[in-house]
Amino acid sequence: MIENRPVSTAVSHLVLLAGVAIVLFPIWITIVAASHDVARLLEVPLPLGLGDQFFENLKQVVSTGVEGSTPIGIMLFNSLVMALMIAFGKITISLLSAYAIVYFDFRFRMLFFWMIFLTLMLPVEVRILPTYEVVAQLGMLDTYWGLTIPLIASATATFMFRQTFLSVPDELLEAARIDGAGPMQFFFDILIPVSRTSIAAMFVILFIYGWNQYLWPLLITTDKSMVTIVMSIKGMMEALEETPKWHHIMMTALLAMIPPVLVVIGMQKLFVKGLTETEK
Amino acid sequence: MSHILLKGVEKIYPNGYQAIHGVDLEIEEGEFIVLVGPSGCGKSTLLRMVAGLETITSGEVHIAGRKVNDLEPSQRDIAMVFQNYALYPHMTVYKNMAYGLKNLGTAKDEINRRVGDVAKLLELEDLMQRKPKQLSGGQRQRVAMGRAIVRKPAAFLFDEPLSNLDAKLRVQMRLVIKNLQARLGTTTLYVTHDQVEAMTMADRLLVLNAGIVEQIGTPMDLYERPQTRFVAGFIGSPAMNFVEVKLSDDGSKFHIGDNALPLNKALDTSQSEITFGFRPEHLVLDDHGIIPLKIALIEHLGAESIIHAKLNNSDDKSSNAITLRLNGHTKEQNGNIVRASIAPEHYHFFNQKSGHRIRS
Amino acid sequence: MLKQVHFKSSALPYMLVAPQIIITLVFFMWPASQAIYQSLLIEDAFGLSSQFVWFDNFKELFEDDRYIKTFGRTLFFSAMVAMLSLSVSLVLAAMADRVIRGTGIYRTLLIWPYAVAPVIAGALWVFLFYPTTGIISTFLTSMGYEWNHQLKGNQAMFLVVIAAAWKQISYNFLFFLAGMQSIPKSLIEAAAIDAAGPLKRFWTIIFPLITPTTFFLLVVNIVYAFFETFGIIHVVTKGGPANATEILVFKVYNDGFVGLDLGGSAAQSVILMILVIGMTIFQFKFIERKVEY
Repeated sequence: MIENRPVSTAVSHLVLLAGVAIVLFPIWITIVAASHDVARLLEVPLPLGLGDQFFENLKQVVSTGVEGSTPIGIMLFNSLVMALMIAFGKITISLLSAYAIVYFDFRFRMLFFWMIFLTLMLPVEVRILPTYEVVAQLGMLDTYWGLTIPLIASATATFMFRQTFLSVPDELLEAARIDGAGPMQFFFDILIPVSRTSIAAMFVILFIYGWNQYLWPLLITTDKSMVTIVMSIKGMMEALEETPKWHHIMMTALLAMIPPVLVVIGMQKLFVKGLTETEK
Repeated sequence: MSHILLKGVEKIYPNGYQAIHGVDLEIEEGEFIVLVGPSGCGKSTLLRMVAGLETITSGEVHIAGRKVNDLEPSQRDIAMVFQNYALYPHMTVYKNMAYGLKNLGTAKDEINRRVGDVAKLLELEDLMQRKPKQLSGGQRQRVAMGRAIVRKPAAFLFDEPLSNLDAKLRVQMRLVIKNLQARLGTTTLYVTHDQVEAMTMADRLLVLNAGIVEQIGTPMDLYERPQTRFVAGFIGSPAMNFVEVKLSDDGSKFHIGDNALPLNKALDTSQSEITFGFRPEHLVLDDHGIIPLKIALIEHLGAESIIHAKLNNSDDKSSNAITLRLNGHTKEQNGNIVRASIAPEHYHFFNQKSGHRIRS
Repeated sequence: MLKQVHFKSSALPYMLVAPQIIITLVFFMWPASQAIYQSLLIEDAFGLSSQFVWFDNFKELFEDDRYIKTFGRTLFFSAMVAMLSLSVSLVLAAMADRVIRGTGIYRTLLIWPYAVAPVIAGALWVFLFYPTTGIISTFLTSMGYEWNHQLKGNQAMFLVVIAAAWKQISYNFLFFLAGMQSIPKSLIEAAAIDAAGPLKRFWTIIFPLITPTTFFLLVVNIVYAFFETFGIIHVVTKGGPANATEILVFKVYNDGFVGLDLGGSAAQSVILMILVIGMTIFQFKFIERKVEY
């Protein structure tokens, strides 16, 4: 703070508090709705404070599930598998290809680079139908592979690791070569440990990306045992007209939100660093 | 037999730029050789070619009797200390030093013993479990040297290892390195742009300018008998004074402006327009001196005084700046007109075109 | 791009890029070329026969009033989302940059929406605005404003804009704050000595200096609104009422998977690809330029 202005500082805090209140209002209401029974949620005015049905609702959603849908446990498991496979898969193949492109001079290097670059431009939403057909032809519908592999090869992580590697001082490689390290030894002994902050940041971004996938799993899965928790919200919302079970919907939404929120907040420092330093 | 041998070594980059022109150098076992020159002269490139970090366009490099042109850096039996130390940031001091030995498949207790010995030698014992980030500049420098020493290589290569340190530490580390090298007796190639560092540390120096070897010799050779005008100007601080002078027809004297200075011996040159060089410390103030000077500025350093002056001549052409170095304090004032003289044994003459030394 | 110090070529680099290149070929290049190929065909709904028609699908699209309208609606939607989200996060970031204590706490609290899936975000906002029982909608009704986004197109649009902008606030806030915090303190101090008050400092020093960040975020927000809001629209309005919230990505999906107009859907995909390639190149150029600074 440049000058001491208690009033303007107070105003800043007030604006921030108001902002936080507005931004977190929907999430608060989610928690509120998850803590009341269904009847209370259909009565106007609606509650703004917590009710006493939270654990009851949680028990219902977890044990019996929402009628007609997959048990919550399986959906959470599916989401976790998908998020982890996408995160680890992307990180692995991106580290390898970024390493090749930054540290090796080989024929077609630029061709490969542009091929990867092109994938950066084609979000799955844009090429959804033909990609679906390819996955169907490969017999990968309703499998974890079909859910994850087509999402693994987007170029974002490759670009981030490329940036990271470019900022590693050349002398480290030279010192390692004098110390007798071959390419793969240098990769595992030096480059990966040196890049661990970027890798961790990328993990956060990709975990959330994977966990929050919606359209792709919606198309790829027909088998109920493959449903993810994020997808399940849609089905419950469809049934809203006949049975407005808001307490279950909001409890499920809460459960779907908690893992990515925990990951973001728990790894906030790394995540912010990774996000803002490499710009997407 | 020489320990490191460079034969006609050249470096031409793919874009056609020639960084190194035919360098020949023989280094005896245990010698401390300094490669010195202004930045961009190719000295680091030359060192990196010896290390195997740059390819050799033509010529040969031999280390300990082996031609190493096509060997990987790790197979050349050398160790290198980098300007920014290049310590592995995620490894402890111990691991940094042990990494190379581990890659060579050295037995664990052998690694332990050797790292321990070197740690004692460099007084790093208390720092072994720290990471580079937790060390001071001087400590990092010592770790970088330790990493080189544990390998027991045939040669040490240093690439401006002291340039990231502050002035005081630099002087200190200069002695440390020199003493260590003398104790270990390992052949050393050391790159610096700092001529004081070069003069104080080297057994022999190689002065490089724009990729061309200007002179190879002991510090005193270079100081007393610089073979080119470049070397003469590069070695010594403050730098040598140069004046363009004219030789008399019979070659018995030369003229600075109006004043004639006699020569004891005839010069070995056919040209009459030559460059006269003399060091600031060889000028003495002398009321009967032949060189008239007008003092522009005096720097009082305590132990010595540096006088910046101009030739005080009737013609404007030769108003060269001249520097004098006097011991102790001087009572002269800015603007004073004084006379100075130089003993003839301190005369240096250079060909104006080629810059080569003219013998007498 | 390539390290000056690098390894010589061998089989290794090819093995290293192989996994990514194979996946790229199978799941990106092939589908993309399929899309381009299909966009030049007319296929009957059962996929039994097809006919090569050159650019007829594209011509048809641009003659189709509904497609043109969808295009315009998408632009409007993106502009609204970007403006709303950017302005709110700019104000919050400016405040968070000013306060000494609590910046970290505010950041932790404002980061939440980033982690929430678009479709979940959509569900939360539907709950708040649900015509008969939503907290906000019933409040509005009691104030005399009739709310029913299931019937009124402009209200539906408003709702999806809010939900989409809300989710993007975290991301924008983080970037704005990082941008402001990277401005040297001495500059702000110099301005204070030059007698510029806080508001003036913001507009004359801080805001101009974060222009690169603002441009970057503008592109990112537009790309986000174009392509990543499918989940929100799908759960909030399904493109309705009467197509009032149908944007381009939604229409590709709708025409392809629901309407089974493969050629038309593919042609729309191709147009979207061209759009996104253009935006990405723009964004990438910007990143590369910024790296040089």
